[in-house]
This record gives sequence, structure tokens and C-alpha cells, in this order.
Amino acid sequence: MLNISRFYAVVKARNIEFFRDRASLGWNLFFPILMLLGLSLVFSDNDKAAYKVGVVNLVEHPSPFLTTKYIQFIDYTESSTAKIKLAQHKIDLLVDFNRQQYWVNAEAPKSYLVEKILLNSHLDFQRLETQGRPIRYLDWVLPGILGMNMMFSSLFGVGYVIVRYRKNAVLKRLKATPLTALEFVSAQLVSRLFIVMFMAIVVYIGCNFFFDFYMLGSYLDLFIIALLGAFSLITLGLLVASRSKSEELIGGLLNLSSWPMMLLSGVWFSLEGAPKAIQVFADFLPLTHLVVGARKIITEGASLADISYHLGILVIMSTLFLSLGAYFFSWNTER
Amino acid sequence: MQDVIRVENLTKKYKDVIAVDGVNFTIKKGTCFGLLGPNGAGKTTTIEIMEGIIKASEGQVYYYDKAINAAMSQQIGIQFQHTALQDFLSVQETLNLFTSFYQHTIAISELVELCDLSEFLNRDNRLLSGGQRQRLLLALALINDPDIVFLDEPTTGLDPQARRNFWQLIKNIKARDKTVVLTTHYMDEAQQLCDDVLIMDHGKVIARGSPRQLLNQHFQEVFISLPAIQVPDALVEHYGWHINAQQVEITTADVEATLSLLLAKKISLTGLHIKSPNLDDLFLKLTGHSLRD
Repeated sequence: MLNISRFYAVVKARNIEFFRDRASLGWNLFFPILMLLGLSLVFSDNDKAAYKVGVVNLVEHPSPFLTTKYIQFIDYTESSTAKIKLAQHKIDLLVDFNRQQYWVNAEAPKSYLVEKILLNSHLDFQRLETQGRPIRYLDWVLPGILGMNMMFSSLFGVGYVIVRYRKNAVLKRLKATPLTALEFVSAQLVSRLFIVMFMAIVVYIGCNFFFDFYMLGSYLDLFIIALLGAFSLITLGLLVASRSKSEELIGGLLNLSSWPMMLLSGVWFSLEGAPKAIQVFADFLPLTHLVVGARKIITEGASLADISYHLGILVIMSTLFLSLGAYFFSWNTER
Repeated sequence: MQDVIRVENLTKKYKDVIAVDGVNFTIKKGTCFGLLGPNGAGKTTTIEIMEGIIKASEGQVYYYDKAINAAMSQQIGIQFQHTALQDFLSVQETLNLFTSFYQHTIAISELVELCDLSEFLNRDNRLLSGGQRQRLLLALALINDPDIVFLDEPTTGLDPQARRNFWQLIKNIKARDKTVVLTTHYMDEAQQLCDDVLIMDHGKVIARGSPRQLLNQHFQEVFISLPAIQVPDALVEHYGWHINAQQVEITTADVEATLSLLLAKKISLTGLHIKSPNLDDLFLKLTGHSLRD
């Protein structure tokens, strides 16, 4: 049974500790902002070598345009999906040979250039424009950066702190009171969930002021996947920290859990082209589902139903980590 | 007087060490009970089993005739030897946090007065001096108005003045009719505070009783010392006295006879000391090694 006043007192004490620790607070706040600023400078101009042109039902149409060098042609069966790609700068032009129409993105310089090449072969095609804001790399990488920051804050903020408490006998002192392990562990979880979400929201709103992020979906949906993602990462932190009292060991274990996610969860680049084995491996990492789900909401306007796969996996992972963490948890007061 | 705690055949084994080896004793209500012994004697292990913090390998601890259990935590107060407090909380906030853990507590204002915390109530835990810290830890041990207070080496590392202040606090607690269980390796502390002491070495009990009883039982003599330069060597040899650090040490059961002898031999008594044996001497006698080793 959970005594609410004891639980609340521990949540409050932990929150005070976090917000008064200026060094750690500053790091949590400025690290993601600095990352985003750095990336916005590095990727300020898009310098891909080739052009990409979408073609509706590509194989059916022999055309001299389709033999142009340095253009990659991508087949689409629906012009509607292709138009979103065009609006998002994923492709530079879209051609429908059946209807003798083509679409340009009026805001993209590459679209203008590829249009000139197309008109060499098909001067008679009807010109149409798509509307839509371009997606920058910054918009694409945003859920990755925020997710990564949430991951570090969740894993290290819970795992490290519990092991430190255990090592320097804060846990032992708490064990000598009527406080139960359930109250203590759930208070740590809720406190960290609040902190992680609070910091992510502050960073998002603050950076949005400067960068004006792309957002097709609902903010509520984004909040829900972020909450669920943070929850699963915190429970992973609890599991990793459930027994040890060695800060060196826990540092290693936390790095072991965080680095694969940092590299393979689609924070920096899409996993679509990656080898199958890596994609399967990434599916076992909670951050993958947080980042991919959030990205679909932001860039494709996905609903919760569209990302139900990711939500489901996060729920399963959280339940598993939490049960195992509670099962293995030890105050570890023996010397 | 009623027995509050009864310890029966308590044994704690770690992999290749027997920390506590078949210890038996009882503690009477309202007394201050001292567990004495050098570092590594098994004091902390014994007291932590009594607190329910670690489990015994064998034997049992009874609290008012019931085996120790989780519900006991509401009725006992504990000050551990090494405890870190949560960083970034003030003393007041730490007291509030611990108050919320218990059903029955005493008013914080009363604790502040009892443990003399008023001058640093709003200070961050990290900035407390050794003495202030121990006073806060004592306050946390008393926060639920416990029947029994366990104090594990509460004055280790404190300066002499802070130790004397802390002793006064413990005397105040005793005056409230609480049972105090104390471990220490300072014999003067035990002599000042304890009604009843248990001396341990290598996990076993080697003596038990009140400090006065123990000393009367094991020593009939007192120690007299004189500067060696005042005593002719022949005399030292003849009576089998010892010379240690330029002092002649004389152990005697009859002070008057010894002093008359010294005067008769025309030895100056300038710089003479007479010392009664204390628990340190008792420990040395019982184990053959000094307590501080």
C-alpha cells in the first residue's frame, strides 16, 4: 500500500534537490539548446549532389526526361503522398505523365532548376504548385535531440542518484523509517517524470521562439508519446540501478544502455536505409519508439492511432522494466 | 525494571568472517546501555541487527517479547554511524521530510530546542559542521518520539567541546525516560553516560555490568606515577616497578602504605599522580591489547 503523504514528501524533496542543483539544472537546459543551435548552423544549407524527382507510375512511361543524369527518379502510386514529400523538400519535383501535369515547390530553389530540365522535354505539361512549409533538418532532428536529452536525464537522473543514495547511506537512513520501497521508488519515478517533461517543454517552447519548428500533428499527441517514452526510460534507469552500490559499475551500465540508443535509435539519421539487423535491434530500444513516434507526429501529422505500434511497445517495455526493477530492488544496507 | 530488548544467541556470518558470535544480553527500560569495543569488534553489526536493518545469520532479537518486525520502525529512533543527508535540503526541510514518514511525531519546535538546532535551521545540509550534523541526525532519531534510541558512535570525529555538548543532549534524552542504546569506542563516554555496558571483542562478549561494578570487580589497585628522575634505580628494581616514558609506574592496592614507603625512602613526591583504573585499563587487562589498536 502506498502512503500518499510519505510519497509526496519524497517527491517534493527530490524536486527541490534537482532545481537547487544549479550546475545540473543548467546542463539539462543548455545542452539540448546548444545542440540545436550547432546543428542549425552546420545544416544551414542543403548541399545534396543529386536531384530527386517523384514520378506517378514511373514504369509505364518512357520519356527522354527519365534518362537525365544526376536525377534520381522515385516511383509513387498516389500523387497525394508524393505531394507531401514535395512540400517537405524530400523530393524536388513531381511529374504525372498520364495527366501531363507537374508540381513544383515554389519555395525550393532546386525545384526551380529541375523544372527547367523537365521543360526541355515536356514544354506542354501543366504547371502546378504545392503549398507547404519546408522541413529543415533541424525540424527533423528536433525529436531526436529532445528524446536524447530526455534519455540521459531519465537514465542518469534516476540510476545514478539511486546508486549514490545507496552508496552514501541515504537509502539506509530512509529504510530505518516506515517509508516503503514502493513509496520510495514511485516517488523517484514521478519526480523524475515531472522534471524530464518540464525541462523538455521549457526547451521546446524556448527554442520554438527562435527556430519556429515545423509541426503537422497535435501537441497533445506529442506530449503523450513524450510522457510514455520518458516513463519507459526512467523505468529502465530504475531497473539498471536496482541493486548496485558502485557508482563506477552503474556509470558503465548506464553508458552501455544509452550509447546504443544514442547511435541507433534514429536520433541523428533515419534508419530506413540501415541493414535489417540494425533495424531489428533498434526496435528493442525504447528511445527508437519515442523518437520515431514523435517524428511522425511532427513531420507527417500522424495521430495516436497511426503510431499505436510505438505506443504499444513503450507500454510493454515500461511494464517489463518496472516489474523487474521492483522485483530486484534492494536497499542494500549490508556492508 | 522491565526488559525492553532481549538478544538471544545472536550470530552474524559474512563470507569468511564471523562478525558477531553467539551474543546474549538484555536491556532494561529507561537505562543507557553501552556496547563497547575496538573498531571491528562487532558493535555496529550487533546494533544494526537490533534495529532491523540487517538480518542475523542465527539467533533472535525480541522487543518487548516480540520478534523484531517492520512495524517496529514507528517506535524506534536510529542514528547511524555513517549517514549522508539529501543534498540541497535545509535542516528545516529535512526535519519536515522525516516528520512526514511517521504517524506519531513530536513538534519540530520541541526538537529544535532539545537538540539545539535553532542557529542553523535554514542552512543547507552540506554546509553543517560535524557537531551540527550529529545534532541534526540525533533530532531525526528522535522525531517519532521513540521508546528506544539507537546511537552508533555518535561522537566519533567530534572535537572535545562538541562531544561534551552532545553528551549533555544524551543526558537530556535519558531524563525523558527513554532507553538509549549506544556504541562507542570512547571509554570516558561510556563512563559518563552508560548505566550498563557490554564489552565486545572479536564478536564475543568479554564483560558485562555497570562501569563501577566492572572496575570494582577487576581492579583492587590504583596506579601511582612519579617522575623517574626522583626515584633511585635500585629501588625500582627492588620493588619490581615499571618505568614507562620517564615515569615510574606503581600498581598498589594500599595507597597509604606505598606513600609512606616513598616518604620513608626520602623520595620527593613532586609530580606524583594517582589514577584510578578506567574502562580502557579494564579492556587492556581483559584482552591483552589496547582499545585503540
